[in-house]
Amino acid sequence: MAERAIVHSVLFVAAIVAAFGAFLGLFVGTANGSGLWGIVIGAAVTAVIAVVLVKAVPSSAASRRGARWGLAILFLIVGFLLGALPGAVIGFFAGLFFAWVTYWLATNRYRDSLPPYATSGQVLWHYTFRTICGVIFFFLIAPIVVVMPLSFNAEDFFTFTPEMLSFDPAGYSLKHYQDFFFNSQWQQALRNSVLIAPTATLLSVGFGTLAAIGLSQPHVPFRRAIMAILISPMIVPLIISAAGMFFFYSRVGLQGTYLGVVLAHAALGIPFVIITVTATLVGFDRSLTRAAANMGASPVRTFFKVQMPLILPGVISGGLFAFITSFDEVVVVLFVGSAGQKTLPWQMFIGLREQISPTILAVATILVAISICLLVTVELLRRRSERLRGLSPG
Amino acid sequence: MKLTATLLSATALTVFGLPAFAGSHMADSMTLVSWGGAYQKSQHNAYVVPYLKMNPGVTITWDESSSEAVPKLRAMNEVGNVTWDLVDAEGPDAIRLCDEGLVIEVDHDKILADGDDGSSPSEDFGDMIISDCHIPQIVYSTTFGYRTDKVGNRPPKDVCAVFDTRTYPGKRALRKSPVANMEWALICDGVGIEDVYDVLATRRGQDRALNKLATIKDDVIWWSAGADTPQLLADGEVVMGSTFNGRLFSAIEEQNQPIGMLWDWQMFDIDGWVIPKGLPPEREARVLDFLKFATDTQRLADQSKWISYGPARMSSAPLVGKHAELGIDMAPHMPTDPENSKNTFVQNYNFWGDYKDDIDAKFQAWLAQ
Repeated sequence: MAERAIVHSVLFVAAIVAAFGAFLGLFVGTANGSGLWGIVIGAAVTAVIAVVLVKAVPSSAASRRGARWGLAILFLIVGFLLGALPGAVIGFFAGLFFAWVTYWLATNRYRDSLPPYATSGQVLWHYTFRTICGVIFFFLIAPIVVVMPLSFNAEDFFTFTPEMLSFDPAGYSLKHYQDFFFNSQWQQALRNSVLIAPTATLLSVGFGTLAAIGLSQPHVPFRRAIMAILISPMIVPLIISAAGMFFFYSRVGLQGTYLGVVLAHAALGIPFVIITVTATLVGFDRSLTRAAANMGASPVRTFFKVQMPLILPGVISGGLFAFITSFDEVVVVLFVGSAGQKTLPWQMFIGLREQISPTILAVATILVAISICLLVTVELLRRRSERLRGLSPG
Repeated sequence: MKLTATLLSATALTVFGLPAFAGSHMADSMTLVSWGGAYQKSQHNAYVVPYLKMNPGVTITWDESSSEAVPKLRAMNEVGNVTWDLVDAEGPDAIRLCDEGLVIEVDHDKILADGDDGSSPSEDFGDMIISDCHIPQIVYSTTFGYRTDKVGNRPPKDVCAVFDTRTYPGKRALRKSPVANMEWALICDGVGIEDVYDVLATRRGQDRALNKLATIKDDVIWWSAGADTPQLLADGEVVMGSTFNGRLFSAIEEQNQPIGMLWDWQMFDIDGWVIPKGLPPEREARVLDFLKFATDTQRLADQSKWISYGPARMSSAPLVGKHAELGIDMAPHMPTDPENSKNTFVQNYNFWGDYKDDIDAKFQAWLAQ
């Protein structure tokens, strides 16, 4: 099969490849002493490579493939010399990437996904926009991703040890997970969280759903004002709610009890349920309840048989948000709870303050996994609800 | 619905089941407040585990809130709902709490056990008793650790190495507080230890100390939690840093980090228990029972098996043995060991009691400059 011809000037290709090379060089250079030299050397080396690939390699499929793998192996060796095993892995993929990006640019393939009439400016913006999105995504996700390998650290510090960086099994350990599962403090905290969060969620869902249904009736007076008050825990700074709850709950004897923490978390969760249920009620057809009434069903029966099944996705996603709020909450529980109601976030908070132990990272990794599962469930439910309401093709 | 009912009833049981006492003259549950980490673990192993063995049926809960003991006790006192039974507090906090009447005054000779050598508690604790409210447990020190691999062949021997950025380039970790830092600055500026507090009492002396600190200000990472410095040292972020000696011991001996101790002009401090005011009689009875046991000669000596802090009782010193897990002799790691304590000073509670607010305001303003 004939390969596509090279259509761009070698200067254009070399300049862009050099920009990528400078970016990689920044990291390699920083790891080896000087970021500035890394940028300069990286740009120069990759520019030369681009020129060689474009000018010196014959345009047959076999020789291009050969050039690509050759470059990958070359980078692998250089990476191994600079940074042992991890360097070799990074080098290998960097080599593949540079060969690919050079031909991608030189053969005009980067315009394939764009309409033929797009101007250079539009093409530039198309890829700049994607780069910006990628960078934002990177900044959001990087701190969470960094935590995960650190939780397997064999040492008791938040540090990537040389053993870890060279993928030596001795640098990794499950001991922080073991500490979490066998330490009575962490287990007590887990029990408290597992007890408090579902109970608070049930209360939030019950009250929040009823409030949302009531507030969606057109004849309720002061609807907006009541709504504003009910969702205020989401808007008022948490520390202010927490201090207020501390003094109020102390006087009525709820401070330092499970019931107090559950009520406080329920109050924090209710706004989420109200907002999601109100949103699903917008698409709810009122004539269904009237039809049910017309056929003799009581309001309660109508609610459970007609309305509830239709708004269920909103109720469940509100409930999940309420659950996560309670499960992740640390400020209010520090005020309203006492040591007997220590939840997981509380235990993590004191662990971070008094003793920087990677057990916190192990727990964080577990919590992130749970949160991802819950959010995936929410997303699936949302899609189901859209499908049911005919908003998107099934 | 069935699940709901089960969950709700489970919650109800827990809510109403917990505060129920067995009805004897002593409460069955107790909340101890401490600092978390290795220190709390040493208290748990040395005091709580044997106490629970002797008193089955008692439950003890730890709350790691000692760092906010003063504001939290104030808030609890204000609303009349004291949920803590016994609080671990540093000397200055204990004095403040005592002055504000938030903790009870005790007669050490009446409520504590005699020493194993027959001495009365007030003789046995001696100078460690710094307040009528404070029952001392340990002596610890704030001192320096340095990266052995970053100081070449000249490991620092005196505290002024902290101010010598030419010989020891790199960042230093210092506590975000004037206490100890001001004293070290003056000592390294040529003030004799006997004159330090006279100089520090004057405006010019305070400026002198801050000017000395200013020479390294760009090289300082300020810490607030005891765990910060070991983490910074382990990362290689700093070349030396101050922290509590027990934290350094744990990083060196238990975590095998390349860290050395710089004991010169370590600042001693005393840590102990205070009893909150306003406990119901049966809870106070339980606290006093525990306290008598937990501060006896053997228990204080046992604590040093888990952490390198010196027991506050003189009669405990000969009983200090080996580390419980590592099997190394603990005596050379104690801040009070003669090798380590050639140059030391004790935190001057009276001075800092009078001047802390002023100097701290000045120090924080200087930090923000």
